[in-house]
Amino acid sequence: MSKEHDRGMSVIVKTVTRLTVGLILLYGIYIILHGHLTPGGGFAGGVIIALAFINLDLAFGGSAAAKIFSKRNTGLVEALGAVMFLTLALLGMKYGGFFDNFLHPDGNPGQLVSAGIIPLENIAISLKVGAGLFGIFLTLIVLQKFESEKK
Amino acid sequence: MISAGIVPLFVAIPLAGAFLIALFKKIKGIPDIFGVFASGSMFILSILFLLKMEITQRIVYNIGNWGGFNEVLGKIVGIQLVIDGLTIFMLLIVNFVAFIVAVYSVNYMTRYTQKWQFYCLFLLMLAGMNGVLITGDLFNLFVFVEIASLASYALVAFGTEKRELEASFKYAVMGGVASLLILMGVVFLYSYTGTLNMANMAEIMSGSEQPALIYLVFGLFLTGFGLKAAMVPFHAWLPDAHPSAPAPISAMLSGVLIKTLGVYAIARVFFTIFGFPHQISIILMTLGAMSMGVGALVALRQWDMKRLLAYSSISQIGYIMLGLGIGTPLGILGALFHLFNHSIFKSLLFLDSGAVEYAAGTRDLKEMGGLSRKLPVTSGSTLAGAMSLAGIPPFAGFWSKLIIIIAAVEANHMKLAAWAVLMSIVTIAYILKVTRFAFLGALKDRFVNIKEVPVLMRISLVLLALICIFGGLLLIPEARAAFLEPAVRVLISGMGGGV
Repeated sequence: MSKEHDRGMSVIVKTVTRLTVGLILLYGIYIILHGHLTPGGGFAGGVIIALAFINLDLAFGGSAAAKIFSKRNTGLVEALGAVMFLTLALLGMKYGGFFDNFLHPDGNPGQLVSAGIIPLENIAISLKVGAGLFGIFLTLIVLQKFESEKK
Repeated sequence: MISAGIVPLFVAIPLAGAFLIALFKKIKGIPDIFGVFASGSMFILSILFLLKMEITQRIVYNIGNWGGFNEVLGKIVGIQLVIDGLTIFMLLIVNFVAFIVAVYSVNYMTRYTQKWQFYCLFLLMLAGMNGVLITGDLFNLFVFVEIASLASYALVAFGTEKRELEASFKYAVMGGVASLLILMGVVFLYSYTGTLNMANMAEIMSGSEQPALIYLVFGLFLTGFGLKAAMVPFHAWLPDAHPSAPAPISAMLSGVLIKTLGVYAIARVFFTIFGFPHQISIILMTLGAMSMGVGALVALRQWDMKRLLAYSSISQIGYIMLGLGIGTPLGILGALFHLFNHSIFKSLLFLDSGAVEYAAGTRDLKEMGGLSRKLPVTSGSTLAGAMSLAGIPPFAGFWSKLIIIIAAVEANHMKLAAWAVLMSIVTIAYILKVTRFAFLGALKDRFVNIKEVPVLMRISLVLLALICIFGGLLLIPEARAAFLEPAVRVLISGMGGGV
């Protein structure tokens, strides 16, 4: 058996996770990009992306996902998403007001490229929510390790 | 005249500051600089609004340029930001205290690690409070109340010791209940009026016969915002939460947070939307009298300096509620002036308790003694704050309490006036306990080598102390017309309708 199987759950779970985690990630991106057309959006999509990483951590044990996306980076990406959201809102002030939808406000309804800055803000929200949620998860498992070591 | 276009900056600048601090946390000095500059620019912006706005002017700003739909649909669809006299009055207080606290924290927060987290949360809390003040939309108000509350839960737990975490958990549970009740109130009110805009709601409420549902909404809002304001039956979280936070945050929580989320929101909802019905007047006066009594009497028994000050906050919120409940122009003037005074002297006293803790390492009054010889600035500013709190004549707190008591007498509430005078005497007793045990008497041996606090902390203490001494000057007619009268006028003009 390879070293990979020392930690985490059984081979079945690992195999299924390996197959599905990319799809989950892709589905999250789909939800984000279609947020202005179908139900969903930045928040829901961000949660799904965070779940993909959490899934990796659960199946492969403690630090599998943290190698790809460290706790420090979650903080940075979260702040970046928030700054991006606020910048878009503030850019509107140049065109008519705070949160003004300044990118082709008349775009074609139903098309992927429509709704002006709303898709961009959805992306910003997804960065904030996804990184934030995964950061919370990483913090919680650090606390749990700390607790179990004390016992 | 002033351009309405800069109104959103009251929320945008603190938010930007908070997020940029999180982004550049590694660079040394960035959190301090951003924290001080963001809150300082907010203060300058509020002064700008105070100077440039006409007294009766009301600035309305449509977020996202949704204003054009108002004519098409015949009702307000987007979120509106509204700036009027009361808003400016509150903005000035909140941002001034925040600025002073930010300057103070530069030195004080070196006691803790992770200073950037402190400034990040601090600015988020400031953004939430400014948002509560400038919004004209009831649901938006709820959202900003949540932003400010969540940031304050985290800040109360900032020390991450057992006591702090327990206090924060208690605060979070009580705050969560309060938020739920407020949200339910908003839902019921929306189902009845079909709009979330407060000005629109006020029009609808003043027109027709009110359904019995309104009394449920009264109860929900009174309990929800009462919990945030820590009025007496709902005060249990405050004596734990306020002392557990770092001293600058205690100053923010006691000084401005409970007033913005509690008193201001109650005034806004019950005066502007419901037209201040008679029942609310009686309830506010009763709760105010209860808060005054319970807060002051329990404060007498405290030996922890910060816990004593926290109970004192409950008592002083009672005075403000009493003034609002009386509902005459004089009563409201007294309430708002006392709100201003309380935010100044209570932040000062909490910052002083932090300075004592910084220098002497304790906040137990029994362990202190004779500190005035070692900490002249701290003890002097504490004395100014204490005298203002106790209501000794030339200090600012005397005038506001006097106005509230006179208003109670004029409105024929003799018993309430007598009760307020009595509790004012109890106030003198408990605050003298602080000055006597902490600063007078013989200096203990363990304090021989302590030093006065760093310069930035001293500057903020002295600034607040000066306002405590000269704050009474705000009552001279010119200053009153510019600062207090517009705020009183807003509340008076909202009255009249009602159930």
